[in-house]
Amino acid sequence: MIARRVVLGLYLAQLVLPIYWLITLSLKTNREIIGAMTLLPQELTFENYYTIFSQPSWYNGYLYSISYVVLNTIISLVIALPAAYAFSRYRFLGDKHLFFWLLSNRMAPPAVFALPFFNLYSAIGLFDSIWAVALAHCLFNVPLAIWILEGFMSGVPREIDETARLDGYSLPRFFFRIFMPLIASGIGVSAFFCFMFSWVELLLVRTLTNSKAISAIMTQTVSSAGTDWGLLAAAGVLTIIPGALVIWFVRNYIAKGFALIALWKPERARVGVLGIPTTRGDRLFITLLGSAFINLAWLGLVGPDLGWALALCLVYALAVFRLV
Amino acid sequence: MDKPINNAAWFLILPAFAIVLFNAVIPMMTVVNYSVQDSFGNNQFFWNGLGWFQELLDPSSELGGRFFASLGRSALFSAIVLAVQVPLGIAVALSMPRSGIALALCLVFIAMPLLIPWNVVGTMWQLYSRSDIGLLGWTVNAIGIPFNYTNSVLAAWTVLVLMDTWHWTGLIALLCYAGLKSIPDAYYQAARIDGASRWAVFTRIELPKLRSVLLIGVLLRFMDSFMIYTEPFVVTGGGPGSVTTFLSIDLVKIALGQFDLGKAGAMSIVYTLIILAVCWVFYTVMVTPENKGARE
Repeated sequence: MIARRVVLGLYLAQLVLPIYWLITLSLKTNREIIGAMTLLPQELTFENYYTIFSQPSWYNGYLYSISYVVLNTIISLVIALPAAYAFSRYRFLGDKHLFFWLLSNRMAPPAVFALPFFNLYSAIGLFDSIWAVALAHCLFNVPLAIWILEGFMSGVPREIDETARLDGYSLPRFFFRIFMPLIASGIGVSAFFCFMFSWVELLLVRTLTNSKAISAIMTQTVSSAGTDWGLLAAAGVLTIIPGALVIWFVRNYIAKGFALIALWKPERARVGVLGIPTTRGDRLFITLLGSAFINLAWLGLVGPDLGWALALCLVYALAVFRLV
Repeated sequence: MDKPINNAAWFLILPAFAIVLFNAVIPMMTVVNYSVQDSFGNNQFFWNGLGWFQELLDPSSELGGRFFASLGRSALFSAIVLAVQVPLGIAVALSMPRSGIALALCLVFIAMPLLIPWNVVGTMWQLYSRSDIGLLGWTVNAIGIPFNYTNSVLAAWTVLVLMDTWHWTGLIALLCYAGLKSIPDAYYQAARIDGASRWAVFTRIELPKLRSVLLIGVLLRFMDSFMIYTEPFVVTGGGPGSVTTFLSIDLVKIALGQFDLGKAGAMSIVYTLIILAVCWVFYTVMVTPENKGARE
C-alpha cells in the first residue's frame, strides 16, 4: 500500500513540475528569469498575458487554431458516424480490407505527407486556409473516429435495430432517435480524440498555413534580441487551457446534451416527399449526410471555394426541413 | 447472429472513403512519382528508375549512411521509450486510488499532458531543462553534475526520453486502468481464497487480462515514438551535431530544407513500409485465435 502511494506520488510530482515551471516563468519578468533562480516570482507580473490579449497577431493565432480544430472535429464526426454504423452493422464488398486500410492511415508519418500536402493543397487553391488544415487532419482523425465509434456501436445489441425496424422506424429516424443517444458517450470520446489530435499536431499546420496558427506565432518570440522567455511561457500556458476545457466539456455535457435533444418536445413523424415517415432528427441526419456529399461534389467538380457549396447546403437543409 | 450482407452500406462509407482517399492516395502517388525521378530544378523531371532506392539502401553511399544512422537512432529511441513507459504505465495504473475525488483528480492529471500541443511540450521541456533558466537543468548542475543538452549527447538523449515519458506514459496508464477496471471482482476473491500472493495475482490474473489493451498501447506508442518530429525538433533541433536527428527530422530536412524530392520520396516510402510492416505484425499478434471471436 505504501509502495503504491510512493509510485503514484512520485509520478504525479514529476508530472506537475514542468507545468508548474512553465506557469512560474510566465508570471516573471525576463530580467528575473535570466537574472536569478527563484522558485516563485519575486516581482509578480501579468505583462506577458496582457501582451497576448492585446495584440491581434497573438489572439488571432488562438482563434485560427481553434477554428480549424473545431471544423475538423465536426467534419470527422459527421462522416465517421455513418461509416462506423455501416462497419458495425453490415457486411459488404471489401469491408475488412477497407477497415484495415482506413486504420493504416493512422500509421503514416506526418513527415512523409508534409511536402505532398503542400503541393496538393496549393494546387487546389486551399493553401493557407483553415479548410486545408481541417481536411488534412481528416487523414488520421476520420479513421480514428470510425475505429472508436465502431467499437461503441458494436457494443449495442443488433436486436435493438431489429425491434426498431419492426416498430416502423426508418433507418435515419432510428439512427438519430434511438441509436445516437445510446452511443452518446462514444461520440463524446471520439470528439475528444479528434479535437486532441488536431489541436496538438504541428507539422502539417506549419506546412499548410503561412504562420497564422498559434504554434507558428509562438516561434516569433525568438528574435535577434534574444528570446522573450516570459512571453513564450505565457503563450504555452494558454495553449493548455482549451485541452483542459475539452476534458471538462466531454465529461459532463455531451452525453447529457444528446439525451436532451432526444427528449426535447416529442413530436409525431410525418410523411414527406420521400414517402418515409421522418421526425426532426431524421431530417437533421439527412441534411448532414447530404451536405457532406454536396461539399465533396463541389470540391471535386467546381473548386475549393466552398462558400457557395455552403449556401447550397443551406438551401438543401431548408428544403429537407420543409418538404421531407 | 451474423451481420446481414448489404452492399448499399457503401453509400454510408463513401464520404469517409472519399476524404481519406483524397488525403492518402494522391499524396502517396506524388511521393511514388518523386521517388522514381530526378530533377535539375525548373520543374524538369526525368526517369531515374530505382536509382534513389538503391542509393538509400546502400549503407556505403552518403544518403544510405545518413538514412541508416537516423533509422538506428529512431529504433533506439522507440526501444528505450517502450522499455521505460510500459512498466511505468502499468505500475501507475496499479497504484491508482480506488474511487472518489482522489481518483478523478489523478485521472485528470494523468490525461493532461496528452492534450498539450506537441510544440508546447517541446517548449515546456526546453524551459524546464535549460541549464541557465530551467528548474531541472539548473538543479542537476547545482548538484555538481554537468548537464547541458545543447552540447552533451547523454544530456540531450536524457531530456528527450524524460520528455517523452512525461508526455505519453499517461496513455499507457489510462489504457491499463481501463483494462484493470474490467476484471470482475470474482477473480480477486478466488485468488484471496486460494491464498495467492500479490505477485501471483499480478502475473496470473491482471497481466493476462491486460494483454489486449497493452498490445494497443504498445502499438500506439511504437508508431508515435517512431514518427516523433515536433518535440525533439523544438528542444534539440536534432543536435548536438546530429545525435538526435530522428528519421522524420531527417526526412523533413531533405524534403523541405534541401528540396531533394527524389531522395525524400524514396525515404518516405521505405519509412512508411517499415512502420506498416511492424504494425502488421502487431495486428496479427493482436488477432490471435483466443480473441479472434471478439474482434470478428
